[in-house]
Amino acid sequence: MVGVKIINTQKKRFAYLGSILVGFINGLLGAGGGMLAVPLLKKAGAEQKQAHATSIALILPLCLFSATLYLINGKVTFSDAVGYLPAGTVGAVIGAFLLSKIKDSWLRKIFALFIIWSGVRMWFR
Amino acid sequence: MVQIGNVYMWLAGILSGIIGAMGIGGGGVLIIYLTLMAGVDQITAQGINLLFFIPCAVIALVIHSRKKLIIWRLALPMILGGLVGVAIGAYSAEMIGPNMLGKIFSAFLIFIGLRELFARRKEDDGIKKSSR
Repeated sequence: MVGVKIINTQKKRFAYLGSILVGFINGLLGAGGGMLAVPLLKKAGAEQKQAHATSIALILPLCLFSATLYLINGKVTFSDAVGYLPAGTVGAVIGAFLLSKIKDSWLRKIFALFIIWSGVRMWFR
Repeated sequence: MVQIGNVYMWLAGILSGIIGAMGIGGGGVLIIYLTLMAGVDQITAQGINLLFFIPCAVIALVIHSRKKLIIWRLALPMILGGLVGVAIGAYSAEMIGPNMLGKIFSAFLIFIGLRELFARRKEDDGIKKSSR
């Protein structure tokens, strides 16, 4: 497996500061923090796949905290979410194995087009 | 509101699990489905997505850490910073309200999508080199 590069302290500091923004996006939009975390982690010295994997280690506790705040504020209940969990866990297993198997650039392109299209539709909803 | 056995629901769930576990933003997919197809309001959709992602992330994390892909000494300080951000973000979401939040979310999707599409070349080369 690829090793960790020697990490420049200043770039690490940049990543630490940036993590506040990652959390902000996670709390504000309930998603998308990882999109920001991956480039930050790469700047701090992580390889591509390490950055994707590490972003999940970062996002999980943030999700826990965000979800708790949403639950406390009554924005969502457990029963709203429970129906989606079986499908999600199946997908998570597939996705986690795929990460180390495939070259993901084609997936990214499709995904990019999909979210642009969705963004436009949501704007004019 | 939630119907077990709806094909689209399963598709959205599986797809966002896959994309989420790969660390490329699965959250977008489920929120898009919930707001555009299931008629859930923006802030509830976000809450559902947050809850949804927790077990997905646990599974992905176990698999990734077995493969030693996680750099904990980088993740831990960023978690601390991130938690501060979450508090500010969740509070702001409360203040802004679902309609405006929907607009911000769409703009964010478009921005991320365009970035993914056009700022990819160098990183693709990086993947090739580092995975050989």
